[in-house]
Amino acid sequence: MLAWTIYISFAGALVLALLPNGNAALARWFALAVAAAGLAIAIAGFAAGSGQGRVVLVDVPWVASMGIRYTLAADGISRVLVLLTGLAAVAGVLFSWNIELRTNEFFAFFLALIGGVYGVFLSFDLFLLFVFYEIAIVPKYFLIAIWGSTRREYAAMKLALYSFVGSAMVLIGLLAAYATSGSHSTGLVDLANANLPVSFQMWAFPLVFVGFGILAGLWPFHTWAPTGHVAAPTAASMLLAGVVMKLGAYGCLRVAIGLFPHGLDPWGWSFAGIGSWRDVFAVLAVVGIVYGALVALAQTDFKFVIGYSSVSHMGFVLLGLVTLNQIGMTGAVLQMFSHGVIAGLLFAIVGRIVYERTHTRQLAELESMYLGRRLPFAAWAFVIAGMASMGLPGFSGFVAELQVLVGSWVAKPWWTAAAGVGIVVGVAYTWRALQKAFFTDRLPTPDEHPKTGWPKFDPITWPEIAATALLVGATVLVGVYPRVLLDSIEPAVKTLLAGGMQ
Amino acid sequence: MNYADLFRMMLPETALEVAALLVLVADLGFLRKATLRTRETVAALLGVIGCGAALVLLPLQPSGGLTYPGSSSLMLTTGGYTAIAQVGVLVLTVLTLFLLIGTEFTRHVGEYVAVVLMAAVGGLLISAAQDLLVIFTGLELLSLSLYILAAFAKQSGKSAEGAMKYYIFGAMSAAFLLFGFSYLYGLTGSTNLHEIMLAFYSTRVINSMPLVYVALVMIAAGLGFKVAAVPFHLWAPDTYEGAPAPAAAFIASVSKVASFALLIGIGTAAAHVFGNLHEVHVVTFHNGPTPRFLGFGGPWSVIVALMAVASMVFGNLAALAQTSVRRLLAYSAIAHAGYILLALAYFSHSTLSTNAVLYYILTYGLTTVGAFGAVSLVERITGSDRMDAFLGLYKRNSLLAGVMLVLFLSLAGIPPLVGFWAKFNLFAAVLQVNRGVAAFTIVALAVAMSAVSLYYYLQVLKRVFVMPAVDETPVKGTPATMSVLVLIALGVVVLGCLPGLLQSWLAGFYAAM
Repeated sequence: MLAWTIYISFAGALVLALLPNGNAALARWFALAVAAAGLAIAIAGFAAGSGQGRVVLVDVPWVASMGIRYTLAADGISRVLVLLTGLAAVAGVLFSWNIELRTNEFFAFFLALIGGVYGVFLSFDLFLLFVFYEIAIVPKYFLIAIWGSTRREYAAMKLALYSFVGSAMVLIGLLAAYATSGSHSTGLVDLANANLPVSFQMWAFPLVFVGFGILAGLWPFHTWAPTGHVAAPTAASMLLAGVVMKLGAYGCLRVAIGLFPHGLDPWGWSFAGIGSWRDVFAVLAVVGIVYGALVALAQTDFKFVIGYSSVSHMGFVLLGLVTLNQIGMTGAVLQMFSHGVIAGLLFAIVGRIVYERTHTRQLAELESMYLGRRLPFAAWAFVIAGMASMGLPGFSGFVAELQVLVGSWVAKPWWTAAAGVGIVVGVAYTWRALQKAFFTDRLPTPDEHPKTGWPKFDPITWPEIAATALLVGATVLVGVYPRVLLDSIEPAVKTLLAGGMQ
Repeated sequence: MNYADLFRMMLPETALEVAALLVLVADLGFLRKATLRTRETVAALLGVIGCGAALVLLPLQPSGGLTYPGSSSLMLTTGGYTAIAQVGVLVLTVLTLFLLIGTEFTRHVGEYVAVVLMAAVGGLLISAAQDLLVIFTGLELLSLSLYILAAFAKQSGKSAEGAMKYYIFGAMSAAFLLFGFSYLYGLTGSTNLHEIMLAFYSTRVINSMPLVYVALVMIAAGLGFKVAAVPFHLWAPDTYEGAPAPAAAFIASVSKVASFALLIGIGTAAAHVFGNLHEVHVVTFHNGPTPRFLGFGGPWSVIVALMAVASMVFGNLAALAQTSVRRLLAYSAIAHAGYILLALAYFSHSTLSTNAVLYYILTYGLTTVGAFGAVSLVERITGSDRMDAFLGLYKRNSLLAGVMLVLFLSLAGIPPLVGFWAKFNLFAAVLQVNRGVAAFTIVALAVAMSAVSLYYYLQVLKRVFVMPAVDETPVKGTPATMSVLVLIALGVVVLGCLPGLLQSWLAGFYAAM
């Protein structure tokens, strides 16, 4: 059933591309219907799959002569991420309700991107996964280049090239694994059981991990992320931060760690405490956490603050992955979900609710607008989203980051110590942005004070309220009752850790 | 061999020649007063019928090919890779003929179509040739026709310039090729590919290795020119830019298919002789196991691999700087030739490499015909093939914009379009033939270079979709041209989603042998 999320998204994209121009309302409602149907299927699939392990959805030969199969399957991790994609899709359509320029093309690219993302999360054939992964690149480019803002053509090209370089590295790994295994199959399960030589895994693992890591915002290959997020239209930055970065992290987990587990073995020698690829990537992840947070602290553009906070939060995901223990990796997957929801919400508030009314994102200018009084809805929403982003208890981020930190403590305590610094700085930059944008204590000078009262902003529309409620609901639900997702994630991580995906 | 066999063997070629004469008669005899559009339509249709007849006659060729009188060595082969390449040549010729309808670059329509058909005859011949003399005759027939086609737009200075460059380089490379052939003949005493390969085992050849190197480098120069491989590529950008669009499409597709079929023929001849070796090279130093030389087996492979690496690096980097879309396509063609040469450098004795190369070149030919068709439509309205002529095309003709999206993304190798499968297939074939460090490194370089290529393809698509139009007059194509372009785009998507189709079609030709 979950496979239909892919098909209806692509079919919806095709229909929208063929729709005659000029009827924006029809395109919106149609896109919303498709996204909602995807979410409904994702929820139903999630509910139906609870307690089950890996369920094969479709498995037919695709390119028989090369042993490539069209294998769609879902395990606990896939189901959680498909659920996230459904949420992000619906929220993204709702927050794009005001797109007037080439509306049906916008939603066509949007749904094509969503379809590719669903496909990656459900593919259990490496080749198929790669195909969906690449399908997702092109719509991103056009979404940013056509509908974006600040330096959009530069940011779009940068994003497309970074993604494509990453996927080229993955492709080399894929070709090499296919040729080395000699098993004449590209199924993830077959490749995981192919007993690839350790010496091969030792170079294939970093290649593929970095290839996917580029898209997951792995420091120092993260620079596409802030510029891309800032330039993208709101829905696209929600998707970029919400699900596209998860594609990278998912690839690191499912392909790099799943297929080349021996690539994480110690080298047998160490330099300055770094004795394996695992240490290398843990250091990069920790640097990403702290660096992202520090840079976010120094930004003057509201959206850049959120953009760099994404780099920081994705660092937790990558750190969780290389802990290689049950709790850390579970936390990483939960953090993928949590960050997807929270980052989506933050980008929506900054890019849609605030920017579309104030037409500036500069914190210094927002400071003189007294948004706390004039846009109370935005202020409320940002307080909640900011608390979730800081990782306060009661929100999903708390559970996820706690697990990652516990996991990394078990692995190497100093990782936790360094990542903890990132959390403290995280509180600081969120607080700073919150205060500057909404709750400044600077009083207006007499010149600034309008004689006839402050001009009214456009009222908050229902799609904004609905989408905000959806995302806040999701993060609170997971924060209060994390077992909803953990019951699904834990067994899947356990099988993955137990060696292979049999 | 007897003359009946020869006639049966030459049936498809004869059909094309007859069609060429008929086109001339019809155009110069009956249609002298007709409008240009009518003449183009009739001539193109006659040409298409000729190609169709040739396709029908292909299976009637004697299976097993044509041997020399009183010998069992093959002069021309049939079936297998030859049949695939010949079908490819004919189908792509049909597509380029359709691009003629609606153009206005020449009033000599009959001559144009006749020359196209004769060039196709040359293509059919070199796809089948197993003899140095037949190879040379076929190549010259193809090349001379192409020089004429490139110069066909007589009002255009660029066309004359491009054709002149093409002709001068072509004449020089033909001289090199013939020189190389003469050395080979002198060393081995035969003009037959198989006998030449066998003679490489003789001590006479082994004792004169330097001469063999000279001969091989000369031949590589001659054939490298045909496929536009660096450093023999200098004609390509000017010719692609200057030649009338249907002729440029022909040069970029049909001539490439035939030339690569010739290279496959050389590789296969070697494969049959050195059949037991996993990796095959035209030249070995001794009897027995292949000596290792830079990780490659023999000098021919080294030469081809060097051309491959140079082509893909130079082609992709030079394409980055282009502002003319046709020149961009020319440099991208050089890069694609580089990828294909890679699979010819690591050639397997099974049909693995052959099929990968054929898959690549056929789908590339299809895509590039479509790309040239789309470019020529825009050119006809805006009078330029600069990148800026494509500004806001999505508003001026959204269907054409969609076609360009599909074709250019396929050229860049984005799944699920067919260009991606072709690349994957090709690189997988290289790695299955050789898992050494050198092969991995070169494949990694090729993949990295194809990541570079996305940039310049996106530069075109950016103008088509993202940037606003300066001039919003619609770009209209004739229904015939538009439907051919849409068909090509659909083909690229369908073959890309179901890659098995083309592969099983290719495999069918070997099963029939």
